[in-house]
Amino acid sequence: MNPAYVVRRIGFYVLICAITLFFAVPMLWIASAPFDASPGLGVRWPDWTLDNVRKTLDHPYALHSMVNSLLICVTTAVAVTAFAALASYALSRVRIPGRDALLYGLLLLSSVVTGTAAMVPIFVMMFQLGLIDSRFGVALVMTGGLLPAAIFILKDFVDAVPKSYEESARVFGASTGQILRDVVLPVARPGLATILVWAFVNSWGNFLVPFLLIRSIDKQPGAVLLQTFTDEGGSANLSVIPVFSLLFSIPVVVLYLLVNSRYGFRFHGGIKS
Amino acid sequence: MAGTSEPVPGRPARVRGPAQDVAGLGVGRALGFVAPALLLIGAFLVFPAVWTIYIGITNYRLTGVEAVSPSIIGLENYTKALNDALFHNALWLTLLFVLGSAIIGQNILGFALAWTMRKARPAVRRTVEGLVLLAWILPSTVVAYLWIAFFDRDTGTLNSILGQQGTAWLIEYPMVCLVLFNTWRGTAFSMMLYSSALQAVPPSQLESARMVGASGWQTLRDVVFPHIRGHVLTNTLLISLWTANDFSPFLLTKGGPNHESETVPVYIYNVALQGGELGYSSAISFLLLIANLLVALLYLRLLRRRS
Repeated sequence: MNPAYVVRRIGFYVLICAITLFFAVPMLWIASAPFDASPGLGVRWPDWTLDNVRKTLDHPYALHSMVNSLLICVTTAVAVTAFAALASYALSRVRIPGRDALLYGLLLLSSVVTGTAAMVPIFVMMFQLGLIDSRFGVALVMTGGLLPAAIFILKDFVDAVPKSYEESARVFGASTGQILRDVVLPVARPGLATILVWAFVNSWGNFLVPFLLIRSIDKQPGAVLLQTFTDEGGSANLSVIPVFSLLFSIPVVVLYLLVNSRYGFRFHGGIKS
Repeated sequence: MAGTSEPVPGRPARVRGPAQDVAGLGVGRALGFVAPALLLIGAFLVFPAVWTIYIGITNYRLTGVEAVSPSIIGLENYTKALNDALFHNALWLTLLFVLGSAIIGQNILGFALAWTMRKARPAVRRTVEGLVLLAWILPSTVVAYLWIAFFDRDTGTLNSILGQQGTAWLIEYPMVCLVLFNTWRGTAFSMMLYSSALQAVPPSQLESARMVGASGWQTLRDVVFPHIRGHVLTNTLLISLWTANDFSPFLLTKGGPNHESETVPVYIYNVALQGGELGYSSAISFLLLIANLLVALLYLRLLRRRS
């Protein structure tokens, strides 16, 4: 136990404490303000009450926007998973002409055409298609944006599934449809679940697409409604915003924990946004 | 938008072994399987990207005469961008934002976390990593509001901590706030990437560095860094690309006050939907697409060389 060692250990813990505080302090608000009788913007020990929860549930648009979010995100997640599953299976098992070039193109697309770079043409296109203010239109745009990366992640899963299962099913005379339904689908389930959750979480947090395409407040998903609250400002909203933020964050955190505990955290870059 | 999986196969088919159509799908049906996905990607990703080129050479506007009958004006939008002081301002601020929050902030904090957490007790490690990850997975509008509250002039937590009142951080130092915010928001990615990269450093080499009495800094420079150099480069490219395209500055400051935090994505939005200049904003979008393409090509080339 020489002094230099002690100093280093102390420095080490001070550093860890500083980093922990940096990450924790801005988050404390979402734990305290929802349950405070007179919520403000600062973090303080709350004067416990559940009044804000009742006010939020009574708010004309709060729960409604959650339903909108759910509609948009379930549609997106199911479409992404279904189409990516079909595409990734075919790309993994069949040598389609130009396959390597296609995969390379998809990989590039997934990072090059970002929401911000494509917002103007997407807005113009949806405007001309008459899909402004349509929740289905929002889901379509999100699906197109998530598909390239989804196909890539899912192809990794399918590549790892041994071909011997399908081979033996075939030896026993199973048809292609049977093999896909009874052999491939069950084996690929962890991959499919991961993509489903990944697509859901991504579209849940997506602000830009619905912000561009949705006009009326009763069609806004939660991400946009929260911004609407912020813009309106005023202390009246301060009893709604904290609870709403908390409720809106819960699905994402729960799904993340679920995937983490069931399948372990598989490291895919960009799995968040 | 979503990034890429890592590590990415260099030449998928050859590295992974030849594809075998064991289920008897056939090329025809395989094409049918791929078609719906490609149609959606084509319609909502490829087409808009290509269409920016066309809109970018017109004087198309959201309202007015040009909204009904836009005309082609050639490269006028691009020459306008060359002389647009606000666009130059946006480029400069984006550069500051990427340099401060991604290349320096997320990279260094992410590495520091990965490096120190190796030796930390499991409970400490889980807590710290959990917090960092939470900052990453919370929805962006919620996170933005957390920081607006944190920086608030009258009752914000930052002013309470400093024991003062009346500093409107988001108005007086908007770029510093954005850099802090984005460092907080995105460090998790670098932390996870460096954690897995550090596992590839042979413990025996670290041990011998300790035996010969190398200092911490020397060990990092001469033993650790050579092993993770490739990861540092690819990580920096990826987070820079994401940061340059990040729209969340809009949620915190809307580009204000007086354009002081108007990064390129926010500028594109303000020009297109506030100003109504769809043609001009498309030209700027196209420049952003080209920049993204260059970074992505470089990234894939580096990955390929590594594998």
